[in-house]
Amino acid sequence: MSLNTRFTRSKLAHAIIGAGVGILVAGTAVADPVTVVSWGGSYGAAQDAALFTDASKNSGIEIIRESGASMSKTCLQVESNSVTWDLVVTGSGGAANAAAKGCLEKIDYGVVDVSDFYPNLYTDYCVGSDVFATVMAWNTEKYGEPGSDGAPQSWADFFDVEKFPGTRAYRANNVDGALEPALMADGVPAEEVYQVLSTREGMERAINKIRELKPHIAVFWGSGAQQAQLMKDAEVDMTTGWNGRFDNAKKDGATVGYTLKQALLDYDCFAMPKGAPNKDVAMKFLAEVSKAEYQANLPFHITYGPTNKKAYEITTAPKELIESLPSHPSNVPMMLPVQLAWYAEHREEALELYMELMSE
Amino acid sequence: MAAAKPGAMQNANALKRQQSREQWSLLSLALPALLVIVLVILIPVGWLFYLSFLGGEGQFSLEHYQKMLKYKSYARTFITTFQVSILTTGICILIGYPLAYFLAQLPNRIAGFFMLTVLLPFWTSLLVRTYAWLVLLQRKGILNDFAIQIGLWDSPIKLVHNMTGTLIGMAHIMLPFLVLPLYNAMKKIDRDLMQAASNLGATPSRAFWQIYFPLSMPGMVAGSLIVFVLCLGFYVTPAVLGGGRVIMVATQITAILENQFDWGAASALGVVLLIATVLVLVVASRVFKLDAALFGKGS
Repeated sequence: MSLNTRFTRSKLAHAIIGAGVGILVAGTAVADPVTVVSWGGSYGAAQDAALFTDASKNSGIEIIRESGASMSKTCLQVESNSVTWDLVVTGSGGAANAAAKGCLEKIDYGVVDVSDFYPNLYTDYCVGSDVFATVMAWNTEKYGEPGSDGAPQSWADFFDVEKFPGTRAYRANNVDGALEPALMADGVPAEEVYQVLSTREGMERAINKIRELKPHIAVFWGSGAQQAQLMKDAEVDMTTGWNGRFDNAKKDGATVGYTLKQALLDYDCFAMPKGAPNKDVAMKFLAEVSKAEYQANLPFHITYGPTNKKAYEITTAPKELIESLPSHPSNVPMMLPVQLAWYAEHREEALELYMELMSE
Repeated sequence: MAAAKPGAMQNANALKRQQSREQWSLLSLALPALLVIVLVILIPVGWLFYLSFLGGEGQFSLEHYQKMLKYKSYARTFITTFQVSILTTGICILIGYPLAYFLAQLPNRIAGFFMLTVLLPFWTSLLVRTYAWLVLLQRKGILNDFAIQIGLWDSPIKLVHNMTGTLIGMAHIMLPFLVLPLYNAMKKIDRDLMQAASNLGATPSRAFWQIYFPLSMPGMVAGSLIVFVLCLGFYVTPAVLGGGRVIMVATQITAILENQFDWGAASALGVVLLIATVLVLVVASRVFKLDAALFGKGS
């Protein structure tokens, strides 16, 4: 009996000490880690190497890295009141879409300094992280190195299977960046593309152009990682896709090249789900990763351009690499900037038409 | 008689009480399972129906269903989904029936070993198996390379990123779902029946078709239905091996969610698929006497 009481007492004492220590630790502990969500493949790895690891170390803000970023999942978290993500990587169009649905937190530009940013690479709801291009890439063994005689030059070449016989890959189940190339191949000047696409006839014109190519489209790709894999395995001879993925595939030994001519200029950004659990700390982390010193390292890991102008000044990357980036001033004039306003208004209808084409 | 009556009444009452007590205790035993079914099936499915009738402003609306009629892609994906499911089930029967028959004839110990070869892939991750098929079947894949080297064909054949690849992968993944119930049914068939048939002068093939085959039907129907229904909702394998050329309903649901964040439209597709599946099951249960197939009762 007495043994029993003593035992209980000591247990109680332990519990009290434990609780006390717990309170002390909680009192002195730094804030919860910030959950940062990006994509898989070489993209997320590049962001880890260039941005996240160093920014976390220098700011003292602990982060948890997750993969599988998606604006639809973000909206689902927000709508079901179970937000676990703090910062989510997204394409500019996805961010605009999610913002319109009320899923995103407004960026506090008192905390995040964008004074050195290109003016069209941040919005009320997202801060540009990198500039990329949707390009056409091809197997260089089959069609030659970019810029060499006889190599593909323009979207017209991509759609011309007589001049460039072989298989193609194109975007699956998603209309982002799918219609513009078709119209340019059909002879519409880049600056008139979105104007033409703003009518049903224009969209159908683009769809019909892709329909002509469809017998030669061997694969419809669903992700950046798949674009790289298709070229590494030589599963197709030419594909559309994101320029950085192809440079990394080339580093891995793929015989792949691409051109920025007529490419679609677009950017990725960081967005914050409405009601993010660590909103204030996450905002500070966002301010840290947006600094030029981190962005200056990004081109070493993936060939996407900085959104912070100052990064171009301080980067130690070789001149050749810098001049190959999509946002480099010498490349921008030959590209077509993606128009978010068109997507906001027409994406739904365009997707339905595109799905019709795909399901044929 | 008169004296016995109250006693009999008492007994009858006691029996009745006992019976109802037993029923209640059975019900309470089944209660956890019933609760789980309500929680994880009925409520979510009800929610799915509800969402599918919600318009953009939160009002009652048929817009999601109307859209399915407006664009041809929806009807097409449903046709593709049923096509893939029927073909996969057919292939599974063609491969699975002889396999199960072979297994059922073997002594138990040896059959157990061969059963492992059926079950082993079953325990491997679906994603791994799907990507393994991609590596085998693609243009510069192992199969094409090998066939070209030994001179079977000259240039790579398109084995994947189309219907062919999808069916190969799906049939491989679905095969155990057919073989297991079929093997089970075949094991229960009395071998003496076949011997009696040949004693009475039936040829082996006649004995098989008149005796063995009908007796194995319940297992086959149960297995085929499981395969068919699982195929209807399949996502990963057609998405990877179909190369965007085989679009099933699940793929389209994802496309709508990823691009438009439109739960209503996606729910409507889910509802239509669910109703189509239930209809198939109802028709099948009429035609094949499903109760007998699934629960092993005589019809």
